[in-house]
Amino acid sequence: MSGRVLVGVKRVIDYAVKIRVKPDNSCVVTDGVKHSMNPFCEIAVEEAVKMKEKKLIKEVVVVSCGPQQAMETIRTALAMGADRGIHVEVTGKDYENLGPLQVSKIMAALAKKEDVLFVILGKQAIDDDCNQTGQMTAALLDWPQGTFASELSMEGDKIKVVREIDGGLETVKINTPAVITADLRLNTPRYATLPNIMKAKKKKIANVKPADLGVDITSRLEVLRVDEPPQREAGVKVETVDDLVARLKEAGRI
Amino acid sequence: MANPLRSEVVRLYKNLLYLGREYPKGSEYFRDRLRSAFSRNRAESDPQAIREMILRGEFVSRELEALYYLRKYRAMKKRYYEE
Repeated sequence: MSGRVLVGVKRVIDYAVKIRVKPDNSCVVTDGVKHSMNPFCEIAVEEAVKMKEKKLIKEVVVVSCGPQQAMETIRTALAMGADRGIHVEVTGKDYENLGPLQVSKIMAALAKKEDVLFVILGKQAIDDDCNQTGQMTAALLDWPQGTFASELSMEGDKIKVVREIDGGLETVKINTPAVITADLRLNTPRYATLPNIMKAKKKKIANVKPADLGVDITSRLEVLRVDEPPQREAGVKVETVDDLVARLKEAGRI
Repeated sequence: MANPLRSEVVRLYKNLLYLGREYPKGSEYFRDRLRSAFSRNRAESDPQAIREMILRGEFVSRELEALYYLRKYRAMKKRYYEE
């Protein structure tokens, strides 16, 4: 097996932007809005690059699915230290309906094609919060998965993963090839500075279509409606404890 | 300006300008401050002093990277992890 690692990255609306819903409630406003790489994907890229710097793996291949603008996200990953990129071109209506199932089919096809040691992704995207792509990819490939990884280490040809779970931390050892999803505390991603971006322009980004990989990206889900969360109502101030109790009784809370 | 150091100063300026795009108070605010900081020292000719200023500029860029990282980390922690 090659020492190759596949990293999946997603272009999402920047985390600091205030999200607006379109007036017809069909979707979120994305035109003219600042986009950037999903924060958890940055952590995944950083982990792969770190492992390459420690000579544990040989090559970092970064992949993103989407329209032309997804190339910017791939370039950022290349500036962080990835070796080459793959842009899976999905545009228009197909892109609007692109969900975890379709992406995981694409990732599975690419993982087999590139003969990778493991696939690493962010645990979830901050726009849809699905937390499904990594798990689905592992299932489609029938590979072991180390999700919510807060620590990764190679032990021979196995990977030791410390996972962040509700009760604390769980350590598992999985065979390669495998699928890993990165959690917040895995590492501190480096900033893609201007000199690195300039250097990354020389790196190659291959262009493929889902059909070339033999993947059918039709979606079985239909978004009916998108709403903003309900506005927070103003709080009410009370003078005494009896008043508070009376109000709570009124609201049916006690 | 000393000639060999000129390219370093220009490089530093470009890097800081690129970093300033994400500045929380706005990239225009950052760019104005950056411009005035650089033009204030344009008459400087002592290579040692220039080198010190370049080092300070590099320090500022590291500080900015740390600022951006912390902002993002805190936002993610607040949104996804129960306090």
